[in-house]
Amino acid sequence: MTVGQWLPTALAAHAPVLLVAVPLILSTPAAILRTGRAGWAIALSGALLALLCAVELFLATRADGAVISYALGGWPPPFGIEFRVDGLNAALLLLLTGAAVLALIFARPSVENEINADKRSLFYSAFLVSLSGLAGVAITGDAFNLFVFLEISSIPTYALIAMGANRDRRALTSAFNYLVMGAIGATFFVIGVGFLYMATGTLNMADLARLLVDMDGDRVVRMGFAFILVGLGLKAALFPLHLWLPGAYAYAPSFVTVFLATTATKVAFYVIIRFSFDVFAIDSGFVVNALTYVVTPLAIAGMIVASAQALFQTDVRRLLAYSSVAQAGYMMLGLGMGSQAGVSAGVLHLINHALMKGVLFMALGAFAISYGVRRIENCKGLGMMMPMTASAFTLGALSLIGVPFTVGFISKFYLIQAALAQGWIFAVAAILISSVLAVFYCYRILVNLWVTPIPEGRRDLAQPTPYLILVPLVGLALANLVFGVHAAPLVDIAETAAAAAINAGTGS
Amino acid sequence: MIEIVAERFNYAVIIILMMVGLYAVIATGNLIKRLVGLSIFQTSVFLLYISIAKVFGGVPPIFDYKELVGYKIDPEVVYSNPLPHVLILTAIVVGVATLAVGLALVVRIREAYGAIEDHAIAEADYAFELEKGF
Amino acid sequence: MTPHVVLRVVSKLLIPLIIVYGFYIHFHGEYSPGGGFQAGVVLASSIILYALIHGLDAARKAFPPYAARVGMALGAFIFAAVGFVTLIFGGDFFEYTVLHPDVSHGAGQHIGIIAVEIGVLMTVTCVMIAIFYAFSGRSPEIPDGDW
Repeated sequence: MTVGQWLPTALAAHAPVLLVAVPLILSTPAAILRTGRAGWAIALSGALLALLCAVELFLATRADGAVISYALGGWPPPFGIEFRVDGLNAALLLLLTGAAVLALIFARPSVENEINADKRSLFYSAFLVSLSGLAGVAITGDAFNLFVFLEISSIPTYALIAMGANRDRRALTSAFNYLVMGAIGATFFVIGVGFLYMATGTLNMADLARLLVDMDGDRVVRMGFAFILVGLGLKAALFPLHLWLPGAYAYAPSFVTVFLATTATKVAFYVIIRFSFDVFAIDSGFVVNALTYVVTPLAIAGMIVASAQALFQTDVRRLLAYSSVAQAGYMMLGLGMGSQAGVSAGVLHLINHALMKGVLFMALGAFAISYGVRRIENCKGLGMMMPMTASAFTLGALSLIGVPFTVGFISKFYLIQAALAQGWIFAVAAILISSVLAVFYCYRILVNLWVTPIPEGRRDLAQPTPYLILVPLVGLALANLVFGVHAAPLVDIAETAAAAAINAGTGS
Repeated sequence: MIEIVAERFNYAVIIILMMVGLYAVIATGNLIKRLVGLSIFQTSVFLLYISIAKVFGGVPPIFDYKELVGYKIDPEVVYSNPLPHVLILTAIVVGVATLAVGLALVVRIREAYGAIEDHAIAEADYAFELEKGF
Repeated sequence: MTPHVVLRVVSKLLIPLIIVYGFYIHFHGEYSPGGGFQAGVVLASSIILYALIHGLDAARKAFPPYAARVGMALGAFIFAAVGFVTLIFGGDFFEYTVLHPDVSHGAGQHIGIIAVEIGVLMTVTCVMIAIFYAFSGRSPEIPDGDW
C-alpha cells in the first residue's frame, strides 16, 4: 500500500505497536517532570505521534478486506499476542487519537484552571497511560490482552475523574462508583473470556472466530457470550448499566469529560461490535436472539428513559451525560438489527456522536473557565457574552437533535433507513420520540443561552475564551457542519468498518 | 447427584465465592466492605482460571536446553497448561491496582465527607444541594 | 521509641537479609519461580518494616518519597525502552532474540528478560513503598495518645 505510506517504511511496519507504546513510554517522563507545561507538551507530542500511526494504519486498511497483523515479540499468532487492524478498528483508532489531540489542545487552559499546579504533570501522565490503554483495547487481537488494556485504560481514568474533587467533592464518590462498576464489568468480561478459553483453548480473536463457527450449540460458549456482553455493557454504559456515567461526566475535570465522552465508551462499543459480529458469528442463532430480544429492547428503553431523565437535570454536564446514555441507545439499536446496514449506521452514529459531544463538552469547559458555569440557569445571556463559543455549542446541540445539514441528521437518517429495511416500525418511532425529547432538553439550555437577558453584574466579568479552546472547538463544530452536508467520507468509513466486522466473522 | 457435585467441586466453590463477593458489593453501604466484596469476586475468577488449567497427572512443561536440541514431545507424558497461571498473575496485578486506587479514593472520601457509609454521603450531598438552593 | 529495643535490634539484623533475599528472588527468577514482581514486593517490605519500627520520618529519610516517584516512572520507562531497543535492533517489539547473535542458547532472550525484570523490580518496589507512604502519611484523626 504505497498510497498510504506517510511514515518511513521502517516505522510504518511497526505502526500498530508504536501507537500503543509511544504514549506509554512518554507517560514516564511526564510523571517525573514537575511542571504542567512540560507535561502538556509531552502529552501532546505523544498523542500527535499516535495520530500519525493511526493515519498510517487507516490509509493502509482502506482497501477492501485489508488486514494488518503484527506479532508482538516475534511470536506468531495464535500463540503470541497479535495486534490486528482492519477497517473497523482503523476507523476507531483514528477517532480515538484525533479526539485525544483535540482534547489536549483544549486541555492547557482548562487544566490550568481546574487542577493544582503540582498535580498537572501527573495528570497528563495518567492521561497518556489511559490513551495507551484505549489504543491497546482497540488494536489488540487477543481476548485476554484486551482485558489487560481495558484495565490499563480504566485505572488512570478513575484517578482522572477524582481530580475533579478540587471543585466538587462528589467527584470522589462518582469515581468510586465508576471504579466498582468498571471492575465488575471487567471481571465479567474475564469470566466470559475464560469460558471461551475452556471451550476452545485459544485466546486469539481470529482463531476464536474460526473455532466458534462449529460450536453453535455449546452452552459454555453461550455463557461466555452473555458474560462478555454484560461486562462490556457496563464499560460502555448501556442503558440499565449506565449508573456510573452521569456522575463521572458531571464532576470530572472538563478535559476528562471531553476525552471520556468522545472515546472511552466508544472503545467499549467497538469491543461489543468486535465480539458479537466478528468473534461470534452473527449467523449463529443465540447471538441474533441476544441482539434482537435483549439488546434492542434495552437500547430503545435507554433512548427514551435516559432522554426523559435528561429533561429534569439542572446541571448542564449531567444533562448531556444522560443524553450520552440515550445516544448510546441509538448505537446499540444499530447493532441490535444485526444487519450490515444496521452496524454501519451504528458505527456512523458512534463517530458522529463523538463529534457532537466533543463540541458540547468543550463549549461547557469554556463556559466553566470564563464564568464557572455549571447549572442551566447560570447560562443566561452567555450567547451575547461569548458568541463564538455559544454558537459552537448551539451547532452541537442542533446536531444532537438531528437537524438536517448536521452529522446528527445523517446518522439518524441511516439508522431509520436500516430499521425500515428490517421492517422495524417501532424502532423508527423510538428514534423519533427520543429526538423530540432531545429537542426539549436542548431547548432548555439554548433559551437560557440566547434569549434570556444577561444578569446584572455579569457583563463586567467578561473574559475572552482562550485561543487554545477556540481552535479545537470551532474545528469540531465545523466538522459537524461539513460532514453533515458532505456526508460521503464518514458514511464510506462506517460502511467499510461494518463490512470488515461482518465479513471477518463469516468470510475467513 | 452427589457425584455430579463432587466432580464439579471447584465450580461449586467458585460460584459460592462469586455470589458472596457480588452480594457484598451490592448489599453493603460501607465503601471498604464493598471493595472487600469486589476482591472476593475477582478472586473467584482467579480460581476459575487456575482450576481449569489443572490436568490430572500433568507435569510442568519445562524442558532442559539439552532436550530442546532434539526436541521431541513424549506422547506418554501429560503436561499441565501454564498459560492460565500467567494470565491470572496479570489479573492479580490488575486487581491489586484497582484495589489500591479504590482504597485511595475511600481515604479521600473519608477526608472530604467524614464518612464512608453510603447513606451518610448521600445525606451530605443532599444537604449540600439544598444549601445551594435547589 | 526506646522501649522497642528487641524490635529495633532484630529489625536491623533482618532488613539486610530481606534485601538480599529480594535480590536472590529477582536474579534467580529466570530459572525458578520468582522474578521482578515478587522480588519487588520483598524489597518494599524491608522498607515498610523499617518504617513500622523506626517511624515514618526515619523511613522517609532512608527512602525519600520523590525517589519512589522517580523510581516507578523509571522502571516503567526501562520496561518500555527494552521494546524500543528491540525495534532498533531490527526485530519486532519485545523480540528479544535480536539482542544477541547467539540464537541457539537463547542469549538474547536472557538479556531481554533480565532487562525487563529490572524495570519491573524498580516499579513494583517503588509503587509498594509509595502506596505505603501515601496511606500512612495521612494524619490520623485520633492522635495516638488518645487511644
